Amino acid sequence: MTGVAKTELASLNLCGGDRQGFFDEMFGREGVPLKHYDKVHKAFCQISSNEYQSKRNAVDLAFLRQGVTFNVYGDSRGTERVFPFDMVPRIIPAAEWETIERGLTQRVTALNLFLHDIYHEQRILNDGTIPAHYVLSGKHFRREFVNFAVPKDIYIHVCGTDLIRDDKGNYMVLEDNGRCPSGVSYVLENRRAMKRTFRNVFEKTGVRPVEHYPQELLKALQHIAPAGVAEPTIALLTPGAYNSAYFEHTYLARQMGIEIVEGRDLVVREEHVFMRTTKGLKPVHVIYRRIDDDFLDPTVFRRDSMLGVPGLVRAYRAGNVSLANSIGTGIADDKVMYYFVPRMIKYYLDQEPILPNVPTYLASEEADKKYMLENLGKLVVKAANESGGYGMLMGPKATKEEIEKFRQLIIADPRNYIAQPMISLSTHPTYCGEEGFEGRHVDLRPFILCGEKTVIIPGGLTRVALRKGSLVVNSSQGGGSKDTWVLYGDK
Amino acid sequence: MLSRVANSLFWMSRYVERAENVARLLDVNLQLLLDYRSLDDETLRKHWMPIVQTTGDEESFAKQHNQATASAVADFMVFNQDNSNSIVSSICSARENARMIRDQITIETWEELNRLYLFILSPEARIVWTESPTDFFNQVKASSIQLLGLSYATHSHNEGWWFSEAGRFMERADKTSRILDLRHHTLPERGLPKSVSQTDALEWSAVLRSCSAWDVFKAIYGAEVNPYNVAQFLLLNEDFPRSIRFCVERLNESLRHISGVPVNRFGNDAEKLCGRLAAELQFITIEEVFEIGLHGYLDQVQLKLNSVGEALFNAYIFQSFDLDSEVQFVQQEEQQQQSLRPSTLVTHP
Repeated sequence: MTGVAKTELASLNLCGGDRQGFFDEMFGREGVPLKHYDKVHKAFCQISSNEYQSKRNAVDLAFLRQGVTFNVYGDSRGTERVFPFDMVPRIIPAAEWETIERGLTQRVTALNLFLHDIYHEQRILNDGTIPAHYVLSGKHFRREFVNFAVPKDIYIHVCGTDLIRDDKGNYMVLEDNGRCPSGVSYVLENRRAMKRTFRNVFEKTGVRPVEHYPQELLKALQHIAPAGVAEPTIALLTPGAYNSAYFEHTYLARQMGIEIVEGRDLVVREEHVFMRTTKGLKPVHVIYRRIDDDFLDPTVFRRDSMLGVPGLVRAYRAGNVSLANSIGTGIADDKVMYYFVPRMIKYYLDQEPILPNVPTYLASEEADKKYMLENLGKLVVKAANESGGYGMLMGPKATKEEIEKFRQLIIADPRNYIAQPMISLSTHPTYCGEEGFEGRHVDLRPFILCGEKTVIIPGGLTRVALRKGSLVVNSSQGGGSKDTWVLYGDK
Repeated sequence: MLSRVANSLFWMSRYVERAENVARLLDVNLQLLLDYRSLDDETLRKHWMPIVQTTGDEESFAKQHNQATASAVADFMVFNQDNSNSIVSSICSARENARMIRDQITIETWEELNRLYLFILSPEARIVWTESPTDFFNQVKASSIQLLGLSYATHSHNEGWWFSEAGRFMERADKTSRILDLRHHTLPERGLPKSVSQTDALEWSAVLRSCSAWDVFKAIYGAEVNPYNVAQFLLLNEDFPRSIRFCVERLNESLRHISGVPVNRFGNDAEKLCGRLAAELQFITIEEVFEIGLHGYLDQVQLKLNSVGEALFNAYIFQSFDLDSEVQFVQQEEQQQQSLRPSTLVTHP
């Protein structure tokens, strides 16, 4: 508490500072607040450091009290933590958002067409647009589901695509999360916290709401109800209270007014899924599952899975229960498939990608592999099927040993590795304790819902790497989050 | 309602009730010590061991402590996380259950229980405890009462709510029976003691206070505190919300609300056993209880409550959670189906 007296009357020093060649969300490349940040910049400059601190404490305490936490794996004591929240909002003007929205819609449309294609005619493979072996060797390609018709031909119902901005401020897609993307509950809770804490800034700025996400998700789930079921019973399938995203699971279930179930609550009889209730078995028609394919059904996938439901896949095949997301979308998350998404867009939609990929090298291509092995110190290497910041080499920051380890890994299993140049993620002014406000790297995860139509709630989860210079924004690795404001206008 | 959810609601309120009862029991007995003239080991042991026994953890206590001093007992029953019945353990378990059913309880209930949990694990709790155990116990009791109020005032009184009522009254009946049994070593095996000393009277008053029953008792029986009156009040009183009879009747009522079966019938073993116990408590006199022996009778009541609990679990919660048998069942179905249907597998040429 010694710092308090010193800065008691000082107002916040929210200035451009040294941007070190990065694009800053608030100050752009020139160091003056961009137009759409004008009001927020002024408002924050008028808050005293003390006032900011006390608001911040209030928000943290509220999160802790409400249990807005995530679980940390491999930490047996204090297993729950509050996801650090930074109160300076990230702002996106209307025109910019419009482009992002179009780009994401285009991308998820192409991905759904691609998934339908590879699980049916396989045109894109047969004519060589994407080499067939890449798909067929994919860890998450489910050949058992070839020729299986998923309800309404939708594979990815919920997608959480990660976007970043390079040093010129161009948006790029970093990865598509087409399995069980998490984080949307923080979008909603962060907004609630900001509304409580900075009410008048909100009124002045004109921010598009995000609160309708649960309703939109529910609509998307109702849309895929099995034929003939007018009032489907929908349940959210969670791995349980020890899963890192458990708070989000209960949150969404509560907001949608649906049951939250664990594998052990469900039972399959004669190809129908039921919940075990105090009044006996009750049918379930749609399952929003937050469990990966591998754990869904121990009779089909991993036999050791205690989380799944024996017989679920057969009920799904029989069309008596629908799953969101569909089984088999994991292949679209494969980082090798990511490389081909621009081709998919061209192939299925005959359009140019609105949101470009980050340049990517495939280790299974000889020329790319040669380049990768010669330049490991400059590149970011990623395993094709890992997420959450695991299985990654950050060349410029790695030790010699780490680089050598990845060299061997790549040579041993080239199919499983890709590389990208080190992208200088944009920065955003972020409260850093004693140092005041400093630029920290951010990304953006918008949430895309595919039902009768494609819906994207304005904004998404802005994740921020709280450690100085760090580019890793994952909650498991010292990341925090911000509220994301999409404006009605452009300033 | 999901069976698992019903189970969690039952245990959530049961654990909160348990924490509150332990808090009250310890608070009263710590204060009682102040009235003793000499505090030698034997007096202390006699005073505290029955209290350890109320939660049935005698062995585990003996393993960790050689002496039954106030601080050893209190620490064992307040902060010890290895003791599954300590206040901290009970609150952690209540909160764990609440977390599993976050979508089923109101935000007010969740926040209060979570607040209590965060408090009890904080360094602040230790400070409060050291400075004034009574203040500490008051915080636990107040929070429990607040949760009770929130349950009544913010929750829908639906099936799930009756499960939490059942848990609460099951626990309360059990705890009152154990608190009433605290002084059984001063009673003859059968019948009433010949005389009641001043120390005895003090201790029986502590029994009443441990059930927050002092004021109501005085209003009915005046100042005369003896085992006969105390037992009659805590066991058979119709209106006092912590008497065993009241709790069993309320438990019985909760079971009927869950199933919709009227009080004079039964639809499962839980209702049958609970109805029987309620009737017994309605139609027994305290003389008859002392003829059997208070300790022996309370033992029976506890066993009967346990069988109601088991029957409740079998009727609503327990279903085959055995994964292996499920897998086998599905595989059998699978084989039958495969002989009927050609494989749909297609692989790429």
